[in-house]
Amino acid sequence: MSDNASKNTTGHVWDEDLAELTNPLPNWWLWAFYITIIFSVVYWIIYPAWPMGKSFTKGMGNTITYVNNKGETKTTHWNMRAKLMKETNEAVAAQKPWFDKVAATPFEEISKNAELMQFVQSAGKTLFSENCAACHMAGGQGKLGLAPNLVDDSWIFGGTYEKIQETITIGRHGIMPPKGGSQINDEQIAQVANYVLSLSGEPHDAEAAKAGDAIFHGEGMCAACHGPDAKGIPEMGSANLTDKIWLWADVPGAPDQVAKVKAVSEVITNGLSRGKMPAWGGRLSPEQIKVLTVYVHDTLGGGK
Amino acid sequence: MKHDKIERNLGLLMVLTMLAISVGGLVEIVPLFFIKDTVETVKTADGKEMIRPYTPLELRGRDIYIREGCYTCHSQMIRPFRDEALRYGHYSLAAESKYDHPFQWGSKRTGPDLARVGGKYSNDWHVQHLIAPRSMVPESVMPNYPWLMSPLDTSDIADRMSALRITGVPYSKGEAEYRQNVQTFGEEVAKMLRIEDAEANLRAQAVSGNYDNNPNDITEMDALVAYLQVLGTMVDFSKFDDDYFVQFR
Repeated sequence: MSDNASKNTTGHVWDEDLAELTNPLPNWWLWAFYITIIFSVVYWIIYPAWPMGKSFTKGMGNTITYVNNKGETKTTHWNMRAKLMKETNEAVAAQKPWFDKVAATPFEEISKNAELMQFVQSAGKTLFSENCAACHMAGGQGKLGLAPNLVDDSWIFGGTYEKIQETITIGRHGIMPPKGGSQINDEQIAQVANYVLSLSGEPHDAEAAKAGDAIFHGEGMCAACHGPDAKGIPEMGSANLTDKIWLWADVPGAPDQVAKVKAVSEVITNGLSRGKMPAWGGRLSPEQIKVLTVYVHDTLGGGK
Repeated sequence: MKHDKIERNLGLLMVLTMLAISVGGLVEIVPLFFIKDTVETVKTADGKEMIRPYTPLELRGRDIYIREGCYTCHSQMIRPFRDEALRYGHYSLAAESKYDHPFQWGSKRTGPDLARVGGKYSNDWHVQHLIAPRSMVPESVMPNYPWLMSPLDTSDIADRMSALRITGVPYSKGEAEYRQNVQTFGEEVAKMLRIEDAEANLRAQAVSGNYDNNPNDITEMDALVAYLQVLGTMVDFSKFDDDYFVQFR
């Protein structure tokens, strides 16, 4: 330090012997700095840069040409929004033959076409992961108390291609009025619950179930929506009560008969209005929905 | 040396440093107030503004969103990139956050962008997901927010709206401002912007919307879900040519 102090220093001395060097900057650093300045001047000329009153410099010799949805070709100064339109158009054009093919092919034939199915499986998986998996879970296994399983063969609103397509497009809202809209009391509700449990071979009280049978088909008005055979009516979105699939009442998770009866009774007492699936018709294009429909039906598991 | 003078005068050094730094801000920010296309014109066919201030309930939800620090992981700004457009939807407009004080932009995302999350999931999904995120998305790292099911304090909503009114959000005080809002937004929206009816409007929306699936109480969950469900839904993009918003850049 003391050597340097005699050479290139600022001349300031602190605390007796602390001095500040003023060696020249290394040349490589200095030139890199000059280049960034030259770069910025070039950038100002080519790209939108300087504000000028109510507008700004638009950049020279750097335009973007795109086609809008009316088919008009437009040229504008460089900007991210136009660039996005151009890039999207190019990507859409690359995918278009595939989406067109899917749109033009009847459902049944898509699944027989290996090439198309490859497209459906990759595009469908992406669409499903981003849009459907939040409720139906990544593998489509559904969630008790929220969203039905899509992997099994049971379909609340119908499992044909057409029905799945309709479900995705317009959304669904399964509604059950409290006590099915009837005036049955708590004892009768427990009887109906026992009957419902008996339908799928769950532990139940046989005598109560017998009484519940009568209420189910009579005073309780359950059969009006769930059908006389309790197998559900897809047009109404009423559940099949005879299988072992439970969406709202946690019967499989209930430890004993009392808890199972309670779980079913709660659903009957309070009714249901939570089962709401949003409509995707506005968010996704008809072609995307068709790809998703085939993905859900063929890759996950549709019904007849 | 000339530097001597500056370096030996602390006051002068501070003033000159601040001047040098403020050039960047002045050049980048101030012109945006004067360039007329910065905030897009977004109107319906009959001349009403599509983008409206938040209703009292949504506003409370927004305040809870900020209180819980949601912005530290979630941005509300979809940039005009193809990957973002594909995942989140149409890029965000400047106009869509013109009533946000402070705005919730950003590009640091631990969770997904929420600028267009409105309507994407059901209310019920949001409630379950906020209480226990991993019950819905197993790989999620979002914390649990079970306390959102506690009652909502609605008493200071008028004060909150008045404060925003000072910053230029058109919440109305008095008949004249209300009539102005009817002209700008239409009657239905204008009614929700009346500071005089704030608490009543808040309660009415929470009861009729029942966002938390609990009809008995008005909870913080009601407010937050109402806010999340309106995000990005005010502009009906189907009403515009797909290059309409290009002209503003």
